[in-house]
Amino acid sequence: MNVRAVIFCLLWPIAALAQGFAGLGSDADGFAVPQPGRQFDFPADHGPHPDYRIEWWYLTANLKAADGTPYGLQWTLFRSALAPGESEGWRSPQVWFAHAAVTTPDAHFATERFARGGIGQAGVQADPFRAWIDEWTMEGPDLDTLSLSAQGPDFGYDMALQADGPLVFQGQDGYSVKSADGQASYYYSQPFYSITGILVLPGGPVQVTGSAWLDREWSSQPLSETQSGWDWFSLSFESGEKLMGFQLRQRDGTFYSASTWIDPDGGTTAYPDGAFTAEPVTQSAVAERNVPTTWRVRLPDRGVDVSVEALNTEAWMPLAIPYWEGPVHITGSHDGVGYLEMTGYE
Amino acid sequence: MTRACMAALLSHWRRNPMQLFAFLAGLALATALWSGVQAINAEARASYDAAAATLGEGQFDQVVPKTGDSIGQQDFVELRRAGWLVSPVLDGRFEGVRLLGFDPLSSPAGFGVGQVAQTSDLTAFLDPGQIYANATTAARLQTEIELVIDPAIAPGIAVGDIGVVQRLLGRDDLSRLLLQPVQSMARPDLDDVAPGLRLQGANQTADMGELTDSFHLNLTAFGLLSFAVGLFIVYSTIGLAFEQRRGLVRTLRALGVPLRRLVSLMLIELLLLALVGAGLGIVLGYVIAAILLPDVAVTLRGLYGTEVAGTLQFRASWWASGLAIAVLGAFAAAGGRLWQIARMPLLASARPRAWAMTSGRMQRVQAAVAAALLLCAAGLLWGGSGLLAGFALLGFFLIGAALALPVVVHPLLRYAENLARTPANRWFWADTRQQLPGLSLALMALLLALSANIGVATMVSSFRQTFVDFLDQRLASELYVEATDAAQAATIETAMAGQGVTVLPLLAVDAQVERLPARLFGVRVGPTYRDNWVFLDALPDAWDQVEAGEAAVANEQLARRADLWVGDQIDIAPGQSLPIAAVVADYGNPKGQVVVAETLFRHLHPDITPRQFGLRTQDPQQLRGVLMDDLGIADNAVTDQSAIKAFSLQVFDRTFTVTAALNVLTLAVAGFAMLMSLLTLADLRIPQLAPVWALGLTRRKIGQLELMRAVVCAGLVCLFALPVGLGLAWVLLAVINVEAFGWRLPMFLFPGDYARLGLYAILAALAAAAWPALRLARTPPNTLLKVFANER
Repeated sequence: MNVRAVIFCLLWPIAALAQGFAGLGSDADGFAVPQPGRQFDFPADHGPHPDYRIEWWYLTANLKAADGTPYGLQWTLFRSALAPGESEGWRSPQVWFAHAAVTTPDAHFATERFARGGIGQAGVQADPFRAWIDEWTMEGPDLDTLSLSAQGPDFGYDMALQADGPLVFQGQDGYSVKSADGQASYYYSQPFYSITGILVLPGGPVQVTGSAWLDREWSSQPLSETQSGWDWFSLSFESGEKLMGFQLRQRDGTFYSASTWIDPDGGTTAYPDGAFTAEPVTQSAVAERNVPTTWRVRLPDRGVDVSVEALNTEAWMPLAIPYWEGPVHITGSHDGVGYLEMTGYE
Repeated sequence: MTRACMAALLSHWRRNPMQLFAFLAGLALATALWSGVQAINAEARASYDAAAATLGEGQFDQVVPKTGDSIGQQDFVELRRAGWLVSPVLDGRFEGVRLLGFDPLSSPAGFGVGQVAQTSDLTAFLDPGQIYANATTAARLQTEIELVIDPAIAPGIAVGDIGVVQRLLGRDDLSRLLLQPVQSMARPDLDDVAPGLRLQGANQTADMGELTDSFHLNLTAFGLLSFAVGLFIVYSTIGLAFEQRRGLVRTLRALGVPLRRLVSLMLIELLLLALVGAGLGIVLGYVIAAILLPDVAVTLRGLYGTEVAGTLQFRASWWASGLAIAVLGAFAAAGGRLWQIARMPLLASARPRAWAMTSGRMQRVQAAVAAALLLCAAGLLWGGSGLLAGFALLGFFLIGAALALPVVVHPLLRYAENLARTPANRWFWADTRQQLPGLSLALMALLLALSANIGVATMVSSFRQTFVDFLDQRLASELYVEATDAAQAATIETAMAGQGVTVLPLLAVDAQVERLPARLFGVRVGPTYRDNWVFLDALPDAWDQVEAGEAAVANEQLARRADLWVGDQIDIAPGQSLPIAAVVADYGNPKGQVVVAETLFRHLHPDITPRQFGLRTQDPQQLRGVLMDDLGIADNAVTDQSAIKAFSLQVFDRTFTVTAALNVLTLAVAGFAMLMSLLTLADLRIPQLAPVWALGLTRRKIGQLELMRAVVCAGLVCLFALPVGLGLAWVLLAVINVEAFGWRLPMFLFPGDYARLGLYAILAALAAAAWPALRLARTPPNTLLKVFANER
């Protein structure tokens, strides 16, 4: 069966990013719509919000082996609802899918899984925290202490994570605006994980340590119909400061950007549209298209003017929904490592 | 020059339109039956392939239950959670349609039904749900769920989301799991996760193509037989035409046409004629196939439970093969003649050599070949095994018998000649003997057709008689009830026991027995079984042993396939083996069966509850009323014995419609072959008849004798066909049937049918001879006189 075609149509909120926004109206078909000023409730909010159309548990990690070789790792669980709410068994309108990847300086491994909600094959439970699809898991007594595993035909990993700082709320106390028209999502992160574990690669197991960043986001209408894709950066500087910034590319050639400056103690400063800028510097031909793999990223208010360069330009995710996602290293006014996600490059 | 040569060659056909007709009609008939059968086979195969694709059979490894046909949904989830990339399939029947549920999200890429999911509206497919089927199947379904027509779905199958299908079938389990071809790096052993399941390789699934191969081989054999008969016509026509054109060839060559060019032109001429004949045949074959296909579909459904589309498509696979075999056949028939032409000395005699083949040497060679073929057949009977060997045996036997025909008939005619008193009678017999070589091809064709008719009629009638007896012994209960669930089953059992009705629960589960797919039955041994079941072979106290749980009854198919017989041990469950107390005949069922006592069955499969019950009663109507009114059982869940019998027989009869139709067609072709032979011989016979006419035999009398001769020949062929046909029937019943279906049928004789067939054959011969005889009777005297004026 043509999974790609099906999933492409099924998972339109994400597909829309890659495809453009044809047919995506602003009404939400009975789905709840994020509102400013929400009071988050934990640990319940670590669990799923089935009344919203789309939600994810998105973890990326920058790793290093004992010999200094850098690696990157991704573990993402998506929930996409065909209709709001939850039902028992196969009738559940909740569809789950997940992506896992490992990037090395000269290779990129990626795989995906799909599952229906309602039968126990995939899901998320808030307390104790458990997110799973098939044998892939992210679980622990709470969100601060997690074990993480996933595998594909030619790679796998088994990691342990420990959070060394508080949750960070993006945008306006977790209400993250995505366009000038007011499209928004709920968005918070845990960027303070230290991570250690084993990558299983074709050449054998590799012991690694590093830092990881978890994004939690849910919404029903994440983007405006005038937008064609996004470039999203999570940057960890050697100073202990962190920067989350994204720009949504609009069809008229302009951008809508937002960013959050994160102090080493977890204090945040959210910046409005235009404060954060990212310009492509070099393009790489990846999967028969050109994708910018070196960026100049600036946040003048914090004196940030850095070059963000892909560890491996070939970090293409050739999945039902294709996109680029991989580890980066940062040089310039600040040094560090981070992760870059780019969608909507045709 | 080429043009003139071609015109000269073609002028022969213009002057002998009857020969042209015989050639084209012979080839067309041969091709028609062959390509018709191939068309049917191609259609059936396409249906199997579509079904296999729809069901994912032969494509993916599968995880299936070790016993039974149900997998708990939790097992699926656990397997996924353990890292097994499997996808669920639920397979059930709904309103006579095979309903297949799958999960579009986890099913492997390339899974046939996935075409379904090309739909852009997966939301609608999942909930409220859609059912995909082809137009014919969709018309049979009555459901509130939206039906979507998709011609790619195999006939008789409807497809929907696993959840939707579970709801429609009222089930919460799965039938099997498809294994993704690419799995992740590590996963535990299947037994550690789901001990009740086992892995089945993609090529181990019951392949419908394989199962039904024997049936299609049967059809193909019939097609080949018809083709051979048709080719006889072509062969004799070509022989005649080339003989008659020897003069033309000599003249053309004398005029300076190079031999190479002449032969090339004749090849081209032959190719053109063959293409025209074959083209006509393919059109005719299409018509035959289209008419027969619905019956074939019923046959296959009845015999194997497979669905075949009832409408025919014009597929290159069969018409191209029909065209090829027709052209090849025509060239094979003409090859010898062309070779003769190519080697003919420039100034060879133009005299027809039609009578040359009367030489005794020819006959001795033929006798030797016939004997060799019959010896081969005997050897195969003694040492061969397998279906192919069975058909080879059949082929050797039939062709050997056909070739032996003139050898056997010749002395008979000589004997009759010696007995004859009057000169006219003596001449009649001598002349018949003289004509034998010219007629022998047609007579052989008639022999083949008649033997096939006798053989197949004997087989079908024997089968029917056995089947009726079998139904009587197996369907002993007056009423059969099917419960919807365990609770209803319990209610039925209690209520019937209260009524004093003997209840015979039928417990059944699919199982692997001796590594073969089989069905294990648990029965309540009682008088019904003891009195009615007739065993092929059994221990004296078979039922006692079975009742005590110490032995099992195996059906003949299983016993033969597993090479077991009474007294041998049979594994009925892992670690559980019993001796076979009896082997029972089981007709019309492709699967193996093992019958054990109810108590033993319940011990082995405690989770299986009986859903079907046989009820013994004096008054079925009254009991049916009780079941429906008091217990609220649906009308269609109660079946009475006579209805099942009638239905079974109806299926049986339709099953053999195809065979009967092919039989009649073969006989018709043989009759046509005879007509053509007689017609072409008639012209050649003028020089033979002229002296007889001159001696005073009237033309009318000569015509009558011609008719008489046809009757005598046909009668002799009939006499010879009877033992050949019975031999054929025996091979079909005792060799082919055992190989193809796994059971041996007893042979019964039907003299009435044979007499009727003999009559048909003689009538066919009379009809074939009528026109040539009439032409002889009306030969103008001056034509006869001319014989004395010159050679021709």
